[in-house]
Amino acid sequence: MLSLNDPILKREIIMDHYTHPRNKKLSDDPRYLKVNMNSESCIDDLDIQVFVEDNIIQDFRFDGVGCTISTASTSILGELIIHKTIDEALEIIKNYEQMLQEEPFDEDLLEEAVVFKDVSKQANRIKCATIGYHGLKTLLLQIRGDKK
Amino acid sequence: MDVYKIRQDFQMLNNKQMQGHPLVYFDNAATSLKPNCVIQAIQDYYENYTSNVHRGDYDLAFMADKNYELARKTVADFIHAKENEIVFTSGTTASLNLVAHGYALTHLHENDEILLNEAEHASNILPWYDICKQTKAIVKFIPLDTEGKVTKEAVLNCLNEHTKILSIAQISNVLGFEIDLKEIIQVAHEHGVIVVVDGAQSAPHIPINVKDLDCDFFAFSAHKMCGPTGVGVLYGKYELLEQTSSTLLGGGMNAKFDRCGNILLKKPPFKFEGGTPAIEGAIGLKRAIEYLNQIGMENIKNYEQELKKYAISRLKELDNVEIYNVNATSGILTFNLKDVFCQDAGTYFNSLGIAVRSGHHCAKILPDYLHVNGTVRASFYFYNTKEEIDIFVEACKHGGDFLDAFFK
Repeated sequence: MLSLNDPILKREIIMDHYTHPRNKKLSDDPRYLKVNMNSESCIDDLDIQVFVEDNIIQDFRFDGVGCTISTASTSILGELIIHKTIDEALEIIKNYEQMLQEEPFDEDLLEEAVVFKDVSKQANRIKCATIGYHGLKTLLLQIRGDKK
Repeated sequence: MDVYKIRQDFQMLNNKQMQGHPLVYFDNAATSLKPNCVIQAIQDYYENYTSNVHRGDYDLAFMADKNYELARKTVADFIHAKENEIVFTSGTTASLNLVAHGYALTHLHENDEILLNEAEHASNILPWYDICKQTKAIVKFIPLDTEGKVTKEAVLNCLNEHTKILSIAQISNVLGFEIDLKEIIQVAHEHGVIVVVDGAQSAPHIPINVKDLDCDFFAFSAHKMCGPTGVGVLYGKYELLEQTSSTLLGGGMNAKFDRCGNILLKKPPFKFEGGTPAIEGAIGLKRAIEYLNQIGMENIKNYEQELKKYAISRLKELDNVEIYNVNATSGILTFNLKDVFCQDAGTYFNSLGIAVRSGHHCAKILPDYLHVNGTVRASFYFYNTKEEIDIFVEACKHGGDFLDAFFK
């Protein structure tokens, strides 16, 4: 597991995902479900896409304009949840939200995403760190037929 | 002007800390800090003469009424207008909306043109879009010059027989250029165009004389000039205010009405002030203007220019700061740290106790012009110091370490 006490490593991970974001390209495949996450209070403007088949997340894509925190967190999110079931992904999202609210959470579930633990020190940026997660959650609940 | 003495007038400048550092408040274009005298004036109203305005028969109400109207007089003197030309609103946005919905809506027709420019704040664009939807008038954008300024020539080129309204900020909130309005207004008037001035970024920082400018409407907010939030001003030439419809109907603005639906409105400016107004707001604004007058608007203007010049000269020593408005004389500095997304920079400055703003600054179409997704804006006021700019420059120097904000 990633050490929460190595700020240099955490920084490197964030910068790596910011400068080389994974899955940052939308798909034209109509089987992908899309949501636009346009933050009202900052300039993040991301489209999030997910393709679910047999209850398993087959692919996750995103694109748009975002800061370091929103871009890197969404990039890491994609790597975390591809090939997971909807319920597993929702559990990851739940634990991630708990982490940012400074509540107990399961570090093992979040893998690299633990690098965003300290975002809560900059309260205004929690929304950047969760923009992708909220987008994915909206889509997954929609697929599962839950109404939020 | 003794800035160190002035700073003692502000509780927010009295050892205030942010993220463990002394506060450096460089977000004055968003809102200004409030001197103690303004806070006291508001407290005095609540502690000693709370009551509503308009026709109270008892002493306290008389006093509230008197102070509310004295505030109108103070505002009028501040911008060289007459008292009956000063409408209290909730702020610049409400003032501009009142011109749009109260005046333009009833005066514009299909194919009439409203002249705006891409550097305008949302509050000086969106009301006009709405008017266009309702009247089928058209919004036209005056092209900006290479620096992002509106020039007289550009305005001239856009004027034609369809132009009915020109609405323009005297100082842009993103790039901070002061526009030479007097000439532009003169040319516009020669074409019979009504000129609306957004003074939100100018009234707090430079002397304003609406009679000399000869503008038709002038809008500004109290909170950017040491006054409270929730109150602002619309100046209008009296005959234009007479032609402007009330958009806020209710108590205090009518003389009488009957059950058949007949309403007799009061005269301007009272016909626009339906409902209980921001009484504390007007009283606070009055005290704020007295405070600014004591320092002197000319002094404020000169000192801010000096601060801006100093900031530019210090930032030029660095090679990682891109400045977008070097030649703007107002205290607005628009920039980016190289390779740092604007909002990441904003958070980084926060972690060092420096308050700046990042993003589009409510001018969402300007990025197309600057070719950047967003910028950082540091904006100075008369209580800021060169020492604070030094702290800011030092922070810029280490801007590459912006992720520090999350790992300290």
